[in-house]
Amino acid sequence: MTDILMPALSPTMEEGTLAKWHIAVGDTIEPGQVIAEIETDKATMEVEAVDEGEVASILVAAGTEAVKVNTVIATLKGGVPSATKPQPISKTESIPVAETRIDKPVAVTAPTEDRLKASPLAKRLAKAASIELKQIKGTGPHGRIIAKDVQNGKTETFIPMTNVVRGSASLEQMGIAAGSYDLVPLDNMRKVIARRLTESFRDVPHFPLSVDIELDQLLVARSKINSALESQGVKVSVNDMIIKAVGLSLKSVPEANASFTADGIALHHHADVAVAVAIEGGLITPIVRKAEEKSLAAIAKEMKDLANRARTRKLKPEEFQGGTFSVSNLGMFGIKQFASIINEPQGCILSVGAGEPRPIVRSGTLMVATVMTVTLTCDHRVVDGSVGARFITHLKTLLEDPIKMLA
Amino acid sequence: MDYDLIVIGSGPGGYVAAIRAAQAGLKVAIAERENLGGICLNWGCIPTKALLKTAEVFDKLKHLDEYGLSAEKPGFDLAKVVDRSRKVAAQLNGGVAFLMKKHKITVIEGDAKLLKNAPAPKVVVTDKAKKETTYTAQNIILAVGARARSIESIGLVPDGKLIWNYRHALVPATMMKRLLVIGSGAIGIEFASFYRALGAEVTVIEAMDRILPVEDHEVSDEAMKAFKKRGIKFHTGAKVTKVETSAREVTVHIEELGKQTKLIGDVLISAVGIVANTDSIGADILGLEMDRGHVKTNSYGKTNIAGLYAIGDCAGPPWLAHKASHEGIHVVDHIVNRPLSELHSPIPGCTYSTPQVASVGLTEQGAKEAGREVKIGRFPFKVNGKAIASGETTGFVKTLFDAKTGALVGAHLIGDQVTEMIQGFTVAITMEATEEDLHNTVFPHPTMSEAMHESSLDAFGQVIHI
Repeated sequence: MTDILMPALSPTMEEGTLAKWHIAVGDTIEPGQVIAEIETDKATMEVEAVDEGEVASILVAAGTEAVKVNTVIATLKGGVPSATKPQPISKTESIPVAETRIDKPVAVTAPTEDRLKASPLAKRLAKAASIELKQIKGTGPHGRIIAKDVQNGKTETFIPMTNVVRGSASLEQMGIAAGSYDLVPLDNMRKVIARRLTESFRDVPHFPLSVDIELDQLLVARSKINSALESQGVKVSVNDMIIKAVGLSLKSVPEANASFTADGIALHHHADVAVAVAIEGGLITPIVRKAEEKSLAAIAKEMKDLANRARTRKLKPEEFQGGTFSVSNLGMFGIKQFASIINEPQGCILSVGAGEPRPIVRSGTLMVATVMTVTLTCDHRVVDGSVGARFITHLKTLLEDPIKMLA
Repeated sequence: MDYDLIVIGSGPGGYVAAIRAAQAGLKVAIAERENLGGICLNWGCIPTKALLKTAEVFDKLKHLDEYGLSAEKPGFDLAKVVDRSRKVAAQLNGGVAFLMKKHKITVIEGDAKLLKNAPAPKVVVTDKAKKETTYTAQNIILAVGARARSIESIGLVPDGKLIWNYRHALVPATMMKRLLVIGSGAIGIEFASFYRALGAEVTVIEAMDRILPVEDHEVSDEAMKAFKKRGIKFHTGAKVTKVETSAREVTVHIEELGKQTKLIGDVLISAVGIVANTDSIGADILGLEMDRGHVKTNSYGKTNIAGLYAIGDCAGPPWLAHKASHEGIHVVDHIVNRPLSELHSPIPGCTYSTPQVASVGLTEQGAKEAGREVKIGRFPFKVNGKAIASGETTGFVKTLFDAKTGALVGAHLIGDQVTEMIQGFTVAITMEATEEDLHNTVFPHPTMSEAMHESSLDAFGQVIHI
């Protein structure tokens, strides 16, 4: 017999609502299968099975509130007899993100793919210059590394891993005794994150702009929308509404939907909004394309599908490469405010904090409202303060009075 | 907005761009004032190839003895030769019409003019009945091509009687006895080769110091030798000072090494380059920026006018159909935001004379001028088994590799069917192959392509069969 335990959706979570079961007694389940939905005040998460086996019993009924973490919620027949904590996965309302950017993660989604696409000449040039091809971003067909990339890499893009980890000094040289720590080897995703974030934070002139956004009207609108969509089985999250508002704001302030290139500033035709989703060992940013044109229901459906497939690493490259703007949401962890690192070549990234009751002053009177702080990190080479301000103000207007999204 | 994209001109640049755009889901129209397929298919690449095949076969007939064959005195019927060439063009013209229909591309017949508008210029098309219709689109691609150049100041103006351009030369009513050709680029040389095969006395006049001046100098020399052997006469480094016509003759005055000479022919073919067809679309009124007679474009084919792109001959050299098609695809990919691969794929060039000439990449002089150190390999067809067996031993394969990196940077071929071989080297350069890749590639035996392998071996002192 295997026990299924109530999972913790965040390090600080103590209890939550078991909203829905996707399994029944007698079902045979497989690892990775979604078995339940759990809600906290901020997030709805799908729970995946870790073990396989036949469901022997369901001990906590759907809809039960305040289920303590680690309570046995169901049991399986067969399988390895160990207490199993299912793995929560994000369901888009608020997305847990350990880091806030990633780009071109070809190697990330296919870490087992050893074949590196590079032209014969590129291989030879890299070898002659003692450059590891893995460190170079290919610009040829299908991301093939061509000679030009290696030549540019020598002066621009190539950063040896030793530079990413502060020179070549070992931890021992820095006074940390050998044997006093465990060493987790760097996988490809970690290497890509380390290199790209180092490059971006070092090379891109970042600046953050923060505003507080009142959410009460949006929450009302959301529940109305959701009851309207209930028959279709669609549930719109706050994050989906943020994606929609970002799309519309980018359409209204196209200068914020921009990339810096050597040839000029690329103004993107569509708002392809990349949404950071935490996955095991890192994160990935699936893209809601043409977010400015899509309905909330369409965004909600698409985002649910993308996040699920991101979690199982089943996204196609075009589904997570080539976004024009990023959104990262740490609200579910109770983070009040943060400033993400630019996701090159995108000109901006929006960091979304937790919505919480806060005191506000309206017409001289102290009141309570649900307020969330969002921060726009801008690449100053393409987005100046005034442009960033226009964008974030427009976004605030839409989110505080969501009926304007219909305009 | 009537269309997502209107392409003006249906040559190999325009119709390919239109298909690419339709495949990407755009609503596309193509405007054409004459024949679908443009010059290439109706009055250029294709019908000349039909004539040149006739010439090649006829040449072979003259040497049947070498193959142990005999035939009654071979002859030709010029009208039938021309008729075959026209039928080939007509067949392919129909092919393009089918492709437009298949891809649901609207064909607008008539003369197109552009008028200032946003987000892209308006297209006003005047049809045969002089009726004007205005169309609008998100983007316009200008693929209007070019036409033969006239040089009025020296009297070089094709009239279709004594002075011909390529169009006249494609549909001769009778065979001339003496033919003069001004210009020894691919067009001049191909007509010289064709008319010589049918028996004309051919003299080619070239201003540069060698024929096929864009080719590697060794290829120019070998070609000159081969053509002279076939009886074609040449005046290189010859400046044409005046062209005069009388009732039945044309006289070309040239200045060669400071000496004045007169050349007399029954017909003169002018092949002295082209001019872009941008005047008729109203380039002036539009304020279209030009550069040495061609539409100025950036690396995405964009002109200085919003929403207007230009591709192919009207956007600059090399004036080749496949360059136009390549640009057409590139521009459409840019318009539909498809990720673009390398912008500057090498563009091969082919001349379908006997012998044929084909090349891609840097010439030896070009490398020298660019200060690039190269390793050069050569392999003549006269020691290639298949060439000997076929009786096609003229010519060679010359390859250039970067001395430092071993990358293939140029290939120059002259000989039988080399136009069908050059893509091997084109693929290699496009993929950034090094000598190792060519050395490790197995070339089938017996083929003339083995000379490609041997040439690349020779560049590194490893040639086997010499």
